[in-house]
Amino acid sequence: MTYLAKPKLHHPSLSKNQAGYTRRDYEGKISTLCAGCGHDSISASIIQACWELDIQPHRVAKLSGIGCSSKTPDYFLGNSHGFNSVHGRMPSVLTGANLANRDLLYLGVSGDGDSASIGLGQFAHCMRRGVNMVYIVENNGVYGLTKGQFSATADKGSKSKRGVVNSDEPLDMIGMALLLGATYVARSFSGDKKQLVPLIKGAIEHKGAAFIDVVSPCIAFNNHAGSTKSYEYVRQHNEAVNRLDFIEGREEITADYAPGETVTVHQHDGSALRLKKIATDYDATDRVKVMNYLQEHAARGEVITGLLYIDPDSEDLHEHINTVDTPLNQLGAKELCPGTAALEKINASLR
Amino acid sequence: MNQISAINDFVVKFANVNGSGSASANELFARSILRMGVPVSPRNIFPSNIQGLPTWYEVRVTEKGYLGRRGGVDLMVAMNPQTWDNDVKEIEPGGYLFYDNSKPLPESKFRKDITLIGMPLTEICNATYTDPRQRQLFKNIIYVGALSALLEIDPKVIEQLFSEQYKGKEALLQSNVKALHLGRDYALKNLPCPLGLRLKPANNVGERIFSDGNSAVALGAVYGGASVCAWYPITPSSSVAEAFMGYCKKLRGDAETGKNKYAIIQGEDELASIGIAIGAGWNGARSFTATSGPGISLMTEFIGLAYFAEIPVVLVDVQRGGPSTGMPTRTQQSDVLACAYASHGDTKHPLLFPEDPTECFEMTAQSFDIAERLQTPVFVMTDLDIGMNTRLCRPFKWDDKQEYDRGKLMTYEKLEAGAEFGRYLDVDGDGIPYRTLPGTHPTKGGYFTRGTTKNRYAIYSEAGPDYVDNMQRLMRKFETAKTLLPQPVLHQAAKPASFGAIYYGSTSPAMQEALDVLAEMGVHINALRVRGFPFADQVKDFVAAHSGTFVIEQNRDAQLKTLLVTDAKINPAQLISLLHYDGTPITARFIVDQITKHISAHSVVPLKKAS
Repeated sequence: MTYLAKPKLHHPSLSKNQAGYTRRDYEGKISTLCAGCGHDSISASIIQACWELDIQPHRVAKLSGIGCSSKTPDYFLGNSHGFNSVHGRMPSVLTGANLANRDLLYLGVSGDGDSASIGLGQFAHCMRRGVNMVYIVENNGVYGLTKGQFSATADKGSKSKRGVVNSDEPLDMIGMALLLGATYVARSFSGDKKQLVPLIKGAIEHKGAAFIDVVSPCIAFNNHAGSTKSYEYVRQHNEAVNRLDFIEGREEITADYAPGETVTVHQHDGSALRLKKIATDYDATDRVKVMNYLQEHAARGEVITGLLYIDPDSEDLHEHINTVDTPLNQLGAKELCPGTAALEKINASLR
Repeated sequence: MNQISAINDFVVKFANVNGSGSASANELFARSILRMGVPVSPRNIFPSNIQGLPTWYEVRVTEKGYLGRRGGVDLMVAMNPQTWDNDVKEIEPGGYLFYDNSKPLPESKFRKDITLIGMPLTEICNATYTDPRQRQLFKNIIYVGALSALLEIDPKVIEQLFSEQYKGKEALLQSNVKALHLGRDYALKNLPCPLGLRLKPANNVGERIFSDGNSAVALGAVYGGASVCAWYPITPSSSVAEAFMGYCKKLRGDAETGKNKYAIIQGEDELASIGIAIGAGWNGARSFTATSGPGISLMTEFIGLAYFAEIPVVLVDVQRGGPSTGMPTRTQQSDVLACAYASHGDTKHPLLFPEDPTECFEMTAQSFDIAERLQTPVFVMTDLDIGMNTRLCRPFKWDDKQEYDRGKLMTYEKLEAGAEFGRYLDVDGDGIPYRTLPGTHPTKGGYFTRGTTKNRYAIYSEAGPDYVDNMQRLMRKFETAKTLLPQPVLHQAAKPASFGAIYYGSTSPAMQEALDVLAEMGVHINALRVRGFPFADQVKDFVAAHSGTFVIEQNRDAQLKTLLVTDAKINPAQLISLLHYDGTPITARFIVDQITKHISAHSVVPLKKAS
C-alpha cells in the first residue's frame, strides 16, 4: 500500500465527462492492499469504465463480501454507497438492494474464496435469478487476508508458496455461470486493462446477470513459480477469443475493421457491442458451443479470455417477477396500504 | 354409568389419517358451531408428514369463550385404527366414542365407562359411492352429518357454509349436501340422538373473526408496507410467506399496468433470505423474512451485521419445539433467548410477543415502523399454536390516516441545506443516527456500510474509544426501544393479591381462563402480559409490588425469566417459573394446578389459627 495521500484539490484543467465529473471523482480511498496487487488494477479499470460511460457515481451501489477483494469497493467510487457485508453473502444482499431500487447500478465485487467456497451457493442462485448486476470475481486462487491458504479455484497440481501441491479439482466459475444462466460472461486479466475496461463497460450496460472472472495475481502469496495464477503464468497462457469495443450511445458506429473480423451484438435495450474476433470460429451468442470451446481449451491449459458469452435478449429478475417500474423503496402508504375498506371485506370473509 | 352432559362446553377430538381429506370436514364442523354463535377453539395436532401418519383435530366448544386448550376429551371421533388404543384411553370417564363399526372389534378394544356410538361409515360409503376417492372424502362429510344430529348442530348452518364454499359449483354443492344428510338421517334413525353433549344457539361470537396467526402476520406485513419478502420453507412458518403472496396478489397489483408493488423471493436457504431482506432494508424498502428456530440459528451472523450496521429488517419467528430439528410440528416459546441475543459479540434485539392473530396483524404492521425508527432487526415472536391454528379473535382494524414512520432519513434537501451527516452520529441523544439511502445526493451523504468497527462518520476505525463510543450509543438506542414497543397489559385481580403472574404470547387464552378459575377458588392473582422486549419499566415495578411473581412460559429453561433477571435486573428470588414444554399448547388446568400447588406448599398457617 502507499502512504502518500493523493491531493484533494483537482487540477482545474482536468477534463470532465458528459456527466460533468472528472476521472478523479470516481476514485475512492487509498488502497490498503499490497503494492502491486492485481485487485488495485481492477479498481482502476472500474474507475475508468464508469468515467468513460458518464455514470453518476452516486447512482452506483457497490457491494462485497469479506476478503482482500471485498475491501476494494472502499478504493473506488468514493461518493457511492458501499456495503461490505458478510463472507460469501454479497449476492443475497445485492439481490435485496436491487429489489428495493431497480434504478441504481449494482456492482458486486467478490473474490474466489468469497464466491467459490463459502459463498458458492449464493453465487449460483443470484446467477439463476438473473439479478441485474455486474458481478466481478477478483480471482487469485488463494486466501490472501488469512495468509496463503488455497482457494477453491486453485488449479489441481499448482503449488502454494509454502510448497504444498493442491490435489483438489479447481472450481470453474465461468463454467458454472454459463450453466446457471448468467447472460453476460467474460474473463479477463487484471494486468490487461485494455481488455478489462471495455468488458466492464459492456457488463454495466447489460441487463441481467453479468459475470466477469478476473484473474488477479496475489503478489504476496500466489505469484511464485508453480502457481497458475501468477503474472508470468497468466501472461504465457492467456488466449483471448475476441476484443470488445464498447459502443457508447445507442447508435451503431460503422466498423473500421475488415469485414469478417468483427461482429456487432445488439442488446435488447438498444445498446450495441462490437466484438473484434480473434478466434474466427468463436460464436459468443451460442451458450452450448461456448461451453464446449472453453472445456476443450481448458484441457490444453489455456486461459481463455474475452467476452465469452452474451445473450442479446436477456431479461432480469424484475421482469421475471413483474415488479412495477417505480422503485419499491419510493412507494409510500398510499401505494402500499390497501386501507380500511379492503380490510373490512377481509374481516367479513373470516366470519 | 355416568354420562357427561354439557351444553356449549365440551371438547371433541377427531383422530384421522393425514392426507385423507379430514381437515376441511373438521374445519366445517368447527365453523358450523361458530355460526350458531358459540365460540370454538380448534387445534391441529399433526405429524411431520404429508400422507399416512396420524393427525388429530381438537375442537373446544366454549360458550364462555375460553380459547386455550382445555385438556381432556369428551367426545372422540376415532377414525384412525393406528391410534385407536390411545385415543380411547384419552376419553374422560363418562365420555363418548364415535367410531366406524363396519368391521366388528373385540370387546377388549373398548372401555366400560364411556358411551359407544358405532356407525357403519365404510359400509354406507361403499354402498353409495363407487369411486375410491369419493368414498374417502364423503366419509368425512357423512360423519359431520351424523355429529350434527348427535350434537344438535343446525344443519341449515352447514348447508349455508357449503353454499358459500361452493359458490358457482352446483354439482359439488349438491353432492356435499347429500352426504351431509346421508350421515344425519342415519344418525337420527339409528343412534341415541341427541347426546348429553349438545349445542344451543347463543350470541357469544359477535363481530369476531376466525383467522390463523400466519395469515394475520402476512396481512399485517401488507398493511405495514412491506414490499420485499424473502423466505425459505420451514414448518410452521411457510404459510406466512404463502399468505403474503396470496394477499399481495389480491391487494398489491398496480391497476393500470398489472405489475406488482411487491417482490417475493424464495431464497435458496435462510442465509440468503435474511441477506435479501437486509439488502432491501439497507436500500429503503420495508422488508421481512419469516422462519422458525432452525432458520434463526442460520441467520444469526447476518442478524449481527444488521444490528451493527444498523439496518431495519423484520423477522417473524413462528416458534416450534427445539433444539435442532426438535419437534417441527409442535409448539413452544423456546427461541426467546436465541432471538433476544442473536449473533456473536454484544447484541440485543427488540422482540414483540403477539397473543393471537389480531395482535399478529397489529404487531407485524407496527414492527416495520419500529425497525425503521430504530434502524435495527425487530422480531415478531409467534408460535405454531397461534400461527397454524384458526383462532377466534377481534377483527383487524386500520386507521387510514396513519402514516408510516420511515425513521430518521437524511434527504437530498437536508443535505443541500447543509445538514451535518455522520452515519453513526447521535444528534438527538436517543442513540438513533440519521441514514441516507443509496443514490440520495451526488456528492453528500454517501458512506460505506460495514460490519467492522467504525467511527461516527462511518470511517473504518479499530481505535478502542471509537468502538466503545459506538457500542454505548447502541445501548442508548436500545433504551429508546422501550418507549416504542407495545406496553404490557395488566389484569388486576378483583381482590387484593399478593402474588403476581407474568406471561406472554400464546399462553394468553389459557392464562385468562386460569385466572378466572383461580379467582373462583379464592386465589387472587394480578397478571401482567408482557408484549415487548426490552421490557417497559412497569414490569420491574409489577414484580416489586408482589411477594412473588409467577413467570409462565412454554420452554424448559425459563427464557423470559432469564431476560427479566439479566436485562430488567429483577431479583431472581422474586420469580417463580411455571414451565410447560411438552410441545402441546399450555392449558388452564396446568396453570391452575401449578399455581395452587405452589401456593399451598408455601402458605404458612398462622399459629393462632393452627392451635
